[in-house]
Amino acid sequence: METKYLLKMDNISKEYFGNKVLKNVQLHVAPGEIHALMGENGAGKSTLMNILFGMPVIHNTGGFEGTIQFDGQTVNIDSPQKAMELGIGMVHQEFMLIPGFTVTENVKLGREITTPTIASGVFGKSLEKLDRPAMASDARKALDTIGLNIPETDTVGGMPVGYMQFIEIAREIDKTGMKLLIFDEPTAVLTESEAQKLLETMQVLTSKGISIIFITHRIDEVIQVANSMTVLRDGTFVQHVETKGTTAAEIAEMMVGRKVEKLVDDAGKDTRTISDDDILLRLKDFHVDMPGEKVRGVDLDIRRGEILGIGGLAGQGKVGIPNGILGLYKSTGTVKFEGEVIETEKLGAALKKHIAFVSEDRRGVGLLLEESIENNITFTAMQIDGKFLKNYGPLKLFDSKKAREHALDMIKQLDIRCTGPEQYAGRLSGGNQQKVCLARAITMEPKLLIVSEPTRGIDIGAKKLVLELLAKMNREEGMTIIMVSSELNELRSLCDRIAIVSDGQLTGIFAPDASDAEYGMAMSGVKGGNK
Amino acid sequence: MNKLLNSLKKAIFDNKVIALFVVLCVACMAIAETSVSYIAAEVFSRFSRNACLVLSLIIPCLAGLGMNFGIVVGAIAAQISIFFVVHFGFTGLGGFMLCVLISTPLAIFFGWLVGKLYNNTKGAEMIAGLILGFFAAGLYRLFVLYILGGVIPFDDPNLLPRGFGLRNAYDLTGSLKYALDDISFLNVCVVIGIIAIVAAVVTSAYAKKKGQTVDKNGAMKKVVIGAAALVFGIVGRFIPMVNLLFGSSRLILTDVALFGGLALIVYAVIKILLSLKKGEKKLGKLIAMAVAGVLLMAGTVIPAVREIYQAVQLPSAAYGVIVLFCFFNNWIMETRLGQNMRTVGQNRGVATSAGINVDKTRIIATCISTVLAAWGQLIFLQNLGTFNTVQQQDNVGLYSIAAILVGGATVQKATNRHAVIGVILFHTLFVVAPLAATKIVGDSAISEYIRMFISYGVIAVSLALHAWKTVAKKDDKKANAE
Repeated sequence: METKYLLKMDNISKEYFGNKVLKNVQLHVAPGEIHALMGENGAGKSTLMNILFGMPVIHNTGGFEGTIQFDGQTVNIDSPQKAMELGIGMVHQEFMLIPGFTVTENVKLGREITTPTIASGVFGKSLEKLDRPAMASDARKALDTIGLNIPETDTVGGMPVGYMQFIEIAREIDKTGMKLLIFDEPTAVLTESEAQKLLETMQVLTSKGISIIFITHRIDEVIQVANSMTVLRDGTFVQHVETKGTTAAEIAEMMVGRKVEKLVDDAGKDTRTISDDDILLRLKDFHVDMPGEKVRGVDLDIRRGEILGIGGLAGQGKVGIPNGILGLYKSTGTVKFEGEVIETEKLGAALKKHIAFVSEDRRGVGLLLEESIENNITFTAMQIDGKFLKNYGPLKLFDSKKAREHALDMIKQLDIRCTGPEQYAGRLSGGNQQKVCLARAITMEPKLLIVSEPTRGIDIGAKKLVLELLAKMNREEGMTIIMVSSELNELRSLCDRIAIVSDGQLTGIFAPDASDAEYGMAMSGVKGGNK
Repeated sequence: MNKLLNSLKKAIFDNKVIALFVVLCVACMAIAETSVSYIAAEVFSRFSRNACLVLSLIIPCLAGLGMNFGIVVGAIAAQISIFFVVHFGFTGLGGFMLCVLISTPLAIFFGWLVGKLYNNTKGAEMIAGLILGFFAAGLYRLFVLYILGGVIPFDDPNLLPRGFGLRNAYDLTGSLKYALDDISFLNVCVVIGIIAIVAAVVTSAYAKKKGQTVDKNGAMKKVVIGAAALVFGIVGRFIPMVNLLFGSSRLILTDVALFGGLALIVYAVIKILLSLKKGEKKLGKLIAMAVAGVLLMAGTVIPAVREIYQAVQLPSAAYGVIVLFCFFNNWIMETRLGQNMRTVGQNRGVATSAGINVDKTRIIATCISTVLAAWGQLIFLQNLGTFNTVQQQDNVGLYSIAAILVGGATVQKATNRHAVIGVILFHTLFVVAPLAATKIVGDSAISEYIRMFISYGVIAVSLALHAWKTVAKKDDKKANAE
């Protein structure tokens, strides 16, 4: 028996600048179900949804191939407006809210209730006057439906992200004739309890007959709420399965396409000699004034040749340590590198000592998004060491040939998936952007490499590659590495020692095979073991 | 006490652009030692001349286009319309209305072109507008100095003494000078009354026809106010006393202060009584209103102030139009279109995903601004009376933008209040600074340099001060976060 579907997308293909990001993909969603759309970063989920929602980015880059059937009709969705008319709504990953507007104005954005005026009689509907009381009562109704108890007259700017997410949802369900809602990684920015509430809200919505496409990385959430799912991998369609007939491991396997194994299995031969006397970097009473990640007096020695992990919960200060060393935020205390003091108040002092940093803020600090991969890889080394420069008497000019060779080499070595060294870094997927960041750090030939949250927001496959690369550089080339990460498993699979930070202070340094209980205690602020 | 001091400090810091220019104005006045009544008369007449041009900047600013230097093309549209009206010999109010009729479609067309340009230069609208202004002025010069009469046959020895090439300056006396300013206050009242009543009736009827709830209270208010104005305007001319005070086109500030103050007091007292009856406690604003009314009236009996009052004449129709411009700016922001403009101004990406046609909204905002600027330039020229045919438009954008920035507007936010305060401060400085400079240097030729220096300086300083405010706010946020 053939199921009747609300949405049928068939044979969808899409090219960006000659790079095929979707190849004959299909997506079928039944009425009143939660349908999960799964896939690694860069698998093509966002592109598929942009096509469904008629976003201009699709049509400005040459459109797409394939057919879309909605409610039994073949439709041509060429603008978000068209999508909305059909009853398709989208809850965006980046909030599509206006901070300066009130909740009501945001909920009714683009669909304000109006009353006629004389001018509107002559010039058309756009000159009708806003009916603020009616808008407010509509907004209230939508907020009540999803159980959000905030005044509809408040301004959105400055609210917690959890609220913003729900305001977005309120806006979508306020639309009449809503048949299909797209949730683009809605739980990524939420706390656990907020995420739970969101999942419940989604089930409330489907009970009212609305279908939901749920895009997420989190397999457990899919198992909890989704009725069925479509899995994409590298822009191709893998499978359409019912959630009942599958398991978390199977889903993960479909996404990655290979068995999910332990994080690092090819670390290379260990040729290092680590000694407690050979200290590369020494922090003494180190304070960093980084908002949300304050460091309050850390003493830490990093030995030459080791990989030191810094772990801890978010907001406890672990991210503040590297940012302080590099001088991105104000710090006090002493930082000694090979016995010499680094003046952290001078931006770039650490870089000059050949300390490379891969920032956790990839798109903000880490990359020049509007520059080519090649420029991104070479520019720090060029600034600091004068690499890739040719001397013409007193003039130094960019040596484009050497830079191109190096960029190509890096792209090959790190397996950066791109159309070529001239592609903009901003157009790469998260994992590939991270590889570019690493390539730049390596190009500096650093004595110490600090990586902060190297695997945040990238998919399992890329994660593994990044970690293996770090291990290889450490084991084979003896590069000292400080790795800051929220994922303890990652640290334990790679590091020689792991320092745990809580409330801005060190609560212990552990061996990777220390027990979970020890780590748990340290993270919750109990000072403990020291190895 | 400390708290008071702090809030005072904050108030000054938040309004430091205004504060700086107030200080500058006062200092220049002190140096120039000119009579205050001269300055007041000059500033009020400059206000009636320039305010509309400045008010035309508000809508594009809220739509995220920044300061619209492109209003120069609006001014050009107005000037072109004047040639034709003068050429065909229309004069007075009829000629002025014909100018409005001709310049409006021209301004819409120009505005559409400017809007198209802005859509292709998103993020750099201000610089694009500035350069476009120079470019448009160049084309305009080509048109009036060569094409008009040179290519297009246009026979008018008065305008084109050589057969082609417009004469440099043209005196509008006897044709369009004071066409608008000469309407008497009583006639203005009649017009306002009719507009209010028609608006109320038509809106209600239209709402009824569409089956929507009719705002009876609002309609009644409009009808009452409109009827009062209408009756006053018609009956007033038969009452000698009223006719004497309000029958002329230019009202003496003394009378306005006297009756305006009285009206304020009466309004405030009635409101206070009403809210006391309802048991509402928030009366601060109303009391302030009453006090302001008393102060206004008190001025008429204090000789020093009375002297200033007597020196100032207000062209009632021009001020009426300024009020209408302000109403229009507020009204459009309360419509769906206005809401769309604000959304587009805040975030284009969000606007797109909310189904708003961003480019179209921006073009409409530019068109409205250009049309308002064209009308503003007409009002400016009919008041000035001499028309510098070739370069009249050149400083329109610069002076207007300098004025609104002095009033505390930023490239992201501008309101009617900013425009009004800005015009007053900027033109006060414009009047007194050259006087002060002449006093110091002893050479009157310096005044033109001083004016150029002021207007460019004003833009630079106020933008820098706003940037400082923004940075300070960021630091504040950081401090709060910790």
